[in-house]
Amino acid sequence: MTTTTAETGWHFRRPSVIPGFGLTLGFTIAYLTLIILIPLSGVVWRSASLGWADFWTIATDERTLQALKISFGASLIAALVNVAFGVLVAWVLVRYSFPGRRIVDAVVDLPFALPTAVAGIALTAIYSPNGWIGSLLAPLDIKVAFTPLGIVIALIFIGLPFVVRTVQPVMEEIDREVEEAAATLGAHRLQTVSRVILPSLAPAIFTGFALAFARAVGEYGSVIFIAGNIPYVSEIAPLLIVIRLEEFDYAAATAIAAVMLAISFAMLLVINLIQAWSRRRYGYGS
Amino acid sequence: MEVQVKNLRKEFDRFPALDDVSLGIRSGELIALLGPSGSGKTTLLRLIAGLETPTEGAIFFGDEDASRKTVQERNVGFVFQHYALFRHMTVLENVSFGLKVRPSATRPSRQAIRERALELLDLVQLSGLEKRYPAQLSGGQRQRVALARAMAIEPKVLLLDEPFGALDAQVRRDLRRWLRAIHDTTGHTTVFVTHDQEEALELADRVVVMNKGRIEQIGTADEVYDAPGSPFVYGFIGESSSLPVTVEGGQVLIADRPIGLTATDVPDGKALLYYRPHDIELLDGCGGCIAGTVAASRRVAGTRRVELEVGGARERVEVELPIDHPAAQKSRIAFRPTRWKLFPMGEGRPEEKMSVSRSQPLQRELAPAEF
Repeated sequence: MTTTTAETGWHFRRPSVIPGFGLTLGFTIAYLTLIILIPLSGVVWRSASLGWADFWTIATDERTLQALKISFGASLIAALVNVAFGVLVAWVLVRYSFPGRRIVDAVVDLPFALPTAVAGIALTAIYSPNGWIGSLLAPLDIKVAFTPLGIVIALIFIGLPFVVRTVQPVMEEIDREVEEAAATLGAHRLQTVSRVILPSLAPAIFTGFALAFARAVGEYGSVIFIAGNIPYVSEIAPLLIVIRLEEFDYAAATAIAAVMLAISFAMLLVINLIQAWSRRRYGYGS
Repeated sequence: MEVQVKNLRKEFDRFPALDDVSLGIRSGELIALLGPSGSGKTTLLRLIAGLETPTEGAIFFGDEDASRKTVQERNVGFVFQHYALFRHMTVLENVSFGLKVRPSATRPSRQAIRERALELLDLVQLSGLEKRYPAQLSGGQRQRVALARAMAIEPKVLLLDEPFGALDAQVRRDLRRWLRAIHDTTGHTTVFVTHDQEEALELADRVVVMNKGRIEQIGTADEVYDAPGSPFVYGFIGESSSLPVTVEGGQVLIADRPIGLTATDVPDGKALLYYRPHDIELLDGCGGCIAGTVAASRRVAGTRRVELEVGGARERVEVELPIDHPAAQKSRIAFRPTRWKLFPMGEGRPEEKMSVSRSQPLQRELAPAEF
């Protein structure tokens, strides 16, 4: 590879037998620009019109900071919980065959399909102090609905399929022989799982985590029903943006949006770098 | 370590994959399990390893009943056809895995594990590659890592499941010789599965020929080739041709005419005559011979292989002729086998006729020098 580029000079792309590179790349860039880049640069543009000092005031406002903290904190916790239970669900679906497996498999996708507002209302109904589960938790002095805990529950709900669906196909491809090899070498089940299976799932788990996390940060519909939306306590950043919009304070809304954008971008970048590194290590990318 | 397999039976969903198999393996022996696919050879290997549990029967490692032990406790080295390396671990980590997972009481020190792994990598000629990941190795190198990994735990027996099956022909030949050399230096009791008779005959001390879940014959390469114990072995190992004949008073007859072969130890009645196409003598006149018309003629390496149609039933047999023999179409050729064997036919034919040629396809164009 490197030798050919050295010989023939720099090429925009390496020659390929597959036709249509120009067309497909052109379409891809045009499409991404229209759908993603222009709207997002609009956010940056609007908030830039604010001036640095104003922007800083809004961004470091106590209420904004609290909302961002709740948004990203709850998303992080929810994504971590989803990693643990999503891998477990994927394991059950891949490894065991039992009556109703296909139904369970289909149920995993429901959070994808359901309008999140419906999910929010349903969760609120169940977890509110007079709801099904809420009434059981109330004597234990655990309040779910209208607290940050409720936000986490809603985010777990919407994030679960992302982890399951990214880990499941990779888990299906794990060679049974690799586990048998570990067993003949004397590794017990727990050692096989922790030292052989989980590490080889790591890249998929990272991807699932990143997707679940990103989805949770952007979630709005289900959270606003269960969160109670108490400023400084259970108010998420997307809701704060909507509140500012309703006050016709577009500048403040875009400023918060820009901060969210920056943090999300930075976190996804870090996750992707870790992922690229682990992929290279495990020989997927080569 | 001596291995005794006693009356082993294994059923998968009521279908017997192994049927009453008994086998004694001497300590330090290199044994090949040879057979067509579905013959139960891999099942037998997996049962010895403990990766499957027998329906009936027992396996002894020395005096110990190994069938009561789990895979982990059996301490066997198993090498898989598709390597089954841990791809998130370096070569060194792969080889040391078996020692690292031992309980702390029996685990060597980190330094000792590292030394042992490096020593094994040296043995399999992979020194200097210990930091590589499996994805960065060729097929032959991966299989050698797998072998080093299996040997690291000082196994009682080394079991190899078609170890060279996924490699190309040239690499396979090289690794075969190299495995023999490794076996001779380390002296592990070794059992390997193959469907490649050349591999089995060249590599093994004794060959176990299997068919349909049973052992057909156990013997050295010379024994199974020169004295096949059953029509199946005759057909499966090396080239062979067969012809239905009748035995009457010690004389072998085709269509009521004697062919000049005497068989005193075979009971009268129908039988199958087996011989190898190269073990024949050509005859001029036919006063007691097998005669047939040439149906097809092929040049195979240094000889000419000719298909003859014999008798009214037009049974096809093969003979090998010198290159300069014309063997023109429709001409008549008379011959008599010099080495042959009769298998009396009980009810029906004892075995499908196996006169198909079994020469290995030549895949030299796929053979890079490195492996």
